[in-house]
Amino acid sequence: MDTGKIVIQIILIIGLAVPAIILLLPTRGARGLALRRLTMLAALIVGIIAVIFPSLANAVANAVGVGRGADLLLYGLIIVFIGYGLSTSAHLRKVDRQISELTRELAIAEAKPPAPSSTAAEEH
Amino acid sequence: MTAAGTSESAPVATPEIARGTWLVVPLYNEAPVIREVVEHTRRTFPNVVCVDDGSSDGSAEEARAGGAHVVQHAVNLGQGAALQTGIRYALQDPGARWIVTFDADGQHRTEDALRMVERLQAEPLDIVIGSRFLDGRTKPGLLKRLVLRAAVIFQRVTSGVRLTDAHNGLRAMTREAAGRIRITQNRMAHASEIVDQLGELELRYAEEPVHVIYTDYSRSKGQSLWNSVNILSELIFK
Repeated sequence: MDTGKIVIQIILIIGLAVPAIILLLPTRGARGLALRRLTMLAALIVGIIAVIFPSLANAVANAVGVGRGADLLLYGLIIVFIGYGLSTSAHLRKVDRQISELTRELAIAEAKPPAPSSTAAEEH
Repeated sequence: MTAAGTSESAPVATPEIARGTWLVVPLYNEAPVIREVVEHTRRTFPNVVCVDDGSSDGSAEEARAGGAHVVQHAVNLGQGAALQTGIRYALQDPGARWIVTFDADGQHRTEDALRMVERLQAEPLDIVIGSRFLDGRTKPGLLKRLVLRAAVIFQRVTSGVRLTDAHNGLRAMTREAAGRIRITQNRMAHASEIVDQLGELELRYAEEPVHVIYTDYSRSKGQSLWNSVNILSELIFK
């Protein structure tokens, strides 16, 4: 039983650490996108299999040292949720930076170019 | 001239400084005071650019009426973004030799800004940063003092730059320094970001004692201490 617990702990730690590492490394467009799509695909396939063979979740849970299949699903959900939150916030930060750049370019393009002003005293 | 901190007579800059200096003023909902602040500072520094950061109260018109150049963000981005926009704008003028960042609410004094530009002109420095704590004139509350003190220590540890005042909005820099500094922190953490870059770019910096006028107006608008939490989290979760 104790060795079983270690298995699920290792799986969960890897599940949490991998998205963290992916988040920290600057992923270039193609690879990041491909990874996201593959993960999504894998999750869907696992979901379909779990629907077809309901008892499989329990069997897998027992194999890795978790009591019930429902618990295993919950753990999986937590990992997916955290990964989703992290990747979404990273994406939002990127979009924020892009909006800043856009707004700045627009603001400068619309403003009159800076000609040095005469002194205020001369104007009045 | 009765607006916050603008009651004294205007100090006189040499023609070289008056022509070569651009004041960059981030502007967000400061319509009640911005016109007087601009009019007053323009007696010393004719070139003022106000970056209206999506104000909803007619700040841009007031700034224009005061004689400032106005650049308008279509949406509110934050003070750091406004500063970066203003610097970019001012650097389009090939005659711009010095850039001064200046607050819109009238808590900074033009004589302090002028002294800082004069130092840039006379000494081999890239940037001069205002400090409230080099002399005893400015009197913030105890809690604010403690938080600012903690910010200074945090800054020394993370950037290696030794300053006495971590978040002073009054800075004067040369054209070259302004062109190299990149402010990407849109909101309040830009002050720390600028200091970090001082260290990274190995800019020659100095501090100049300045007096910040805490009026009821600036206090009501000023940074709440809650912001220190926001600044810290913005710095950590870049």
